[in-house]
Amino acid sequence: MLQKNEKRAGTLRAMLAIMVLLLFVIVLENISSWIPGMPAIFSPTSQLFTVLKKGAVYSLVAVSMNLLNGFTGLFSLGQAGFMLLGAYTYAILTVPMAAKDQVYYLYGGSAVKFSLVDAFQSLFGTAGFGGAVSMICAVLVGIVCAGLVAALFAALIGTPVLRLKSDYLAIATLGFAEILRAIFQWQTLGPITNGANMLKSFPTFADFNIKNAAGQVVLRLSTFVPFLLSILCITVIVLLIHSSYGRAFKAIRDDEVAAEAMGISLFKHKMLSFVISSFFSGVGGALFAMYVSNAQAKAFTSTMTYEILLIVVIGGIGSISGSVIGTFLYVACSEWWLRFLDAETYIGSFKVPLLRSGFRMVVFSVVIMIIVLFFSQGIMGEKELTWAGIGGLLKKLKPKKKAASAGKEG
Amino acid sequence: MEQLLSTEYIVSILLSGISLGGQLALIAIGYTMVYGILRLINFAHGDVFMVAGLLGIYISAALPMYIAIPIVIALTIGLGFFIERAAYKPLRSAPRMSVMISAIGVSYLLQNTATYVTGGQPMTYPAINALTKTINICGASTKLVVIITPVLVLVLIALLTTLINHTKIGMAMRAVSKDFETSRLMGIKINNVISMTFVIGSALAVVGSILYFTTYPAITPTAGAMPGLKSFVAAVFGGIGSIPGAVIGAFLIGICETIIKGLPSSWNVSVFSDAFTFALLIVILTCKPTGLFGEKATDKV
Amino acid sequence: MKKLTALLLVLCMVLSLCACGGSGSASSGEKVVKIGVFEPSSGDSASGGKKEILGMQYANSQAPTVTLGGETYKVELVYGDNGSSTDKAPSAASSLVSAGVSIVLGSYGSGVSMAGGPKFEEAGIPAVGVTCTNPNVTAGNSYYFRICFLDNFQADVLANFGMDKFSAKTAYCLGETGNEYDQGLIAFFKQVFEAAGGKVITDSFPTGNSDFNSYLNKAKSEGADVIFTPVSIAYAVQILKQADSLGIEAPFLGSDTLDDNMVLEALKGTNLKVYVSTFYQEGGSPEFDKGIKDYINGSSEALAANGGNDTISAVTAMGYDAYFVALEAMKKADSPDKAALMQILPSVTYTGVSGAIAFDSVGDAVRDTAYIKTADTATGTWVLETVQTGSPS
Repeated sequence: MLQKNEKRAGTLRAMLAIMVLLLFVIVLENISSWIPGMPAIFSPTSQLFTVLKKGAVYSLVAVSMNLLNGFTGLFSLGQAGFMLLGAYTYAILTVPMAAKDQVYYLYGGSAVKFSLVDAFQSLFGTAGFGGAVSMICAVLVGIVCAGLVAALFAALIGTPVLRLKSDYLAIATLGFAEILRAIFQWQTLGPITNGANMLKSFPTFADFNIKNAAGQVVLRLSTFVPFLLSILCITVIVLLIHSSYGRAFKAIRDDEVAAEAMGISLFKHKMLSFVISSFFSGVGGALFAMYVSNAQAKAFTSTMTYEILLIVVIGGIGSISGSVIGTFLYVACSEWWLRFLDAETYIGSFKVPLLRSGFRMVVFSVVIMIIVLFFSQGIMGEKELTWAGIGGLLKKLKPKKKAASAGKEG
Repeated sequence: MEQLLSTEYIVSILLSGISLGGQLALIAIGYTMVYGILRLINFAHGDVFMVAGLLGIYISAALPMYIAIPIVIALTIGLGFFIERAAYKPLRSAPRMSVMISAIGVSYLLQNTATYVTGGQPMTYPAINALTKTINICGASTKLVVIITPVLVLVLIALLTTLINHTKIGMAMRAVSKDFETSRLMGIKINNVISMTFVIGSALAVVGSILYFTTYPAITPTAGAMPGLKSFVAAVFGGIGSIPGAVIGAFLIGICETIIKGLPSSWNVSVFSDAFTFALLIVILTCKPTGLFGEKATDKV
Repeated sequence: MKKLTALLLVLCMVLSLCACGGSGSASSGEKVVKIGVFEPSSGDSASGGKKEILGMQYANSQAPTVTLGGETYKVELVYGDNGSSTDKAPSAASSLVSAGVSIVLGSYGSGVSMAGGPKFEEAGIPAVGVTCTNPNVTAGNSYYFRICFLDNFQADVLANFGMDKFSAKTAYCLGETGNEYDQGLIAFFKQVFEAAGGKVITDSFPTGNSDFNSYLNKAKSEGADVIFTPVSIAYAVQILKQADSLGIEAPFLGSDTLDDNMVLEALKGTNLKVYVSTFYQEGGSPEFDKGIKDYINGSSEALAANGGNDTISAVTAMGYDAYFVALEAMKKADSPDKAALMQILPSVTYTGVSGAIAFDSVGDAVRDTAYIKTADTATGTWVLETVQTGSPS
């Protein structure tokens, strides 16, 4: 009984923390328009928000990869392929009818003769509140379809592939992602996939900013939306991991033979983990398409998978909070904090050596190698960020209390 | 369409296929040997191959070819050796996944460093006169390198097979690939054997890079990634750990790929030339995971 | 130990947050207006991007300040490397946006411009495309302008040139899958060529491909009279080198991307016939030619960026013109404000070294001239073949 209460308190506290975080994101994004004279970092064009948006999207993808690699012990490198499926499904379904001719200009229009955006607009109207409702519906349905298509393909490929062992599985899923990329670039499917060309003009995060009649932005929600969606999905994954399925996954990871002996159906659980992970990768792909405002098969290469894998490793294989922290650190470093390494810099007339285009990535990959070799546990290892953990850290280092909490929110 | 059935065309497609296959074979041997011994997909091997090409460009710009090539071979062997010692050796007892991640990290590092050094621009490989002479076979004109490649590959493989079957280090290699732990107990210096594997693999990658980049003379930082993956598939196809298997697999993939590219344009299938390799991989892995000549591995509990 | 590391990381995060916040508002009293340079300095198109930047840098050295509202502003170029790839372009674009640029120039390559475009539109910053020729760059993005001709015009010019000069009946077109630029040009070329009664064979190779022997052999066996290869520089070099070893006799037609030193270098000493359409031909403005040559030879970095010699690429001239179009807009608006620039840009006209520049209602340049050059493979130089004028796009 006591335990149950404690559990409920923990859930409540977590929900409260999520609410606070989401509110904080809204405030952060709008503070510069509410209070004039804020530092440039809070202006909506600041790199801070690019990092937050991309971080939110990548966290979801990293966590979904972690579910497979870290919690079930299946080393899959097909992440980019499932993201591609998600991104394309979302884009194909939501390009508005009016934009189709222009997007599919090489194929004389699209073979997909409907658009979720138009379908919901005819239901709820195009302007004002009705317009907002129809956009939200279109985006949500699009995202769910994106996940479902990715999950469907995972189920199809899973049957033959999941019987393979560790590195064979890795190379087979990597190959599967490459095959998918070729299929989506195939000219013959052009009227659906736009061949190798870019799909664009579909609803993106910026469309969630609430505008007044004059077209001015009243309330910015373009960072809030990816946070909300990604938190929702990650919560589902966390719940799954804490369920009996999650325990079965971990048992498989730790020892397949022992798990089987205990009566866990290996194939069923592996398949379940693979399909669910792919579902969320698909959702992540749709969010990624919204973040970059386009979908093109060319972007979803194996390099992208490697990038996500490295994030998972940095965060700690087998730790959800580690993956999230790892993502934000990785994205912030690569998009923002280390950018100065790419610019030729002069101190007075002295030219700082080595700094020129490309140096950022060299430094970055060296850091990654150091982490892989010397801190193979990553930031969190297999531990999670818990209230007790944070409390302990704070007690131990009281004077630096402010710094720690600020860092957590960033 | 009918024009595509001419002898000239068929010969020219087969020629490029065989030469591509030969080049892939040289890389595939590096993969198959490392995998045979360490059970590690050395993702960085393709990038070592790319670095060898870049070194070839930079060094031959300063020195004549006949001096440059030995230096390139020495430097690349050094690189392969160093990668093994720095990135794989510390993880010897770690899970296989960690080593593979380390290999991906090395590949990432090599590609980014190459981007930094070259400024991201494609570099042009110098023409080696002896190899680039144009010749004519059945009406199809081609470079001499296309003919030399398969011959050279066969000679090198004969040498390598002799090394593995008839020398002490070769015997040690075979022992280690059979059973890592037992051979350690038998007094084989595991680290030397592993280093030797990387040395041989890197040396063959240099030869491969010379042949490959003479045929396809632009090098970008990602130039090694695809040939690398394809060679790995070739190694899997032939049965991982088996050198003749890897070579046959490489020739098969090389020829199939050029044939797919050479199919009539109206079929629109050349986009699948890379995808075919991976489809082949998945089929092989699900139907006959040990490949053509692979030995059946027993699962140890 | 682990907690200490974690704490250090957190501290670093906070510190750099402050540092970044602080550096944004740093000023030395001098008024500065920032121009964003959205160009690839790495990746497949780096060679072209660097040459375009060169033109802007030279222009910047010629006109380093601008007087607006009675005050002198220093013009600062801010670089965002889009890596020639559509997945890196959005983040490069947002880095420019967050640097607070008033106007953006670039990019070389249409795909990256289309990928980065929405970021500029979102931030309300006008962008002036320099050599991105795909129609979709400006269509559907009111903040994107461009000073070059369009692909349908370019394809039209090249198709007609091929039919007139070589009385070509069959054309073989080869492009990269997934490259907007290649595929767009090929589609337009096909339309024109087929409308005039020709036969077109189109083919595409996967990204990262290096073996072009099969494609070239196919072109040869299918009896192509001309081979149209509107590809990135890296691929062009591969294709031409391999074509040489296969002894391809059919002439190659190339788009503006092939007008590059690396292509010339690859062609030197071969027997290939290559014709490219482009924006500018050396000699068009002797004054500019001399100036830019001095500039290139004046610094080892500029020389390296130009591929080690002082052959003037058309894109350099275009970069130079783009810079002055931006300045012209600022002068006309009499303000460095992005919104003011956006409002004034449609009415800006400027006569640059590459010709007269004015924008139509979509934001495209009104251009009716393309230069067709051919490579002199003995000396390794471009020779003007003809000047084609047609109906402006």
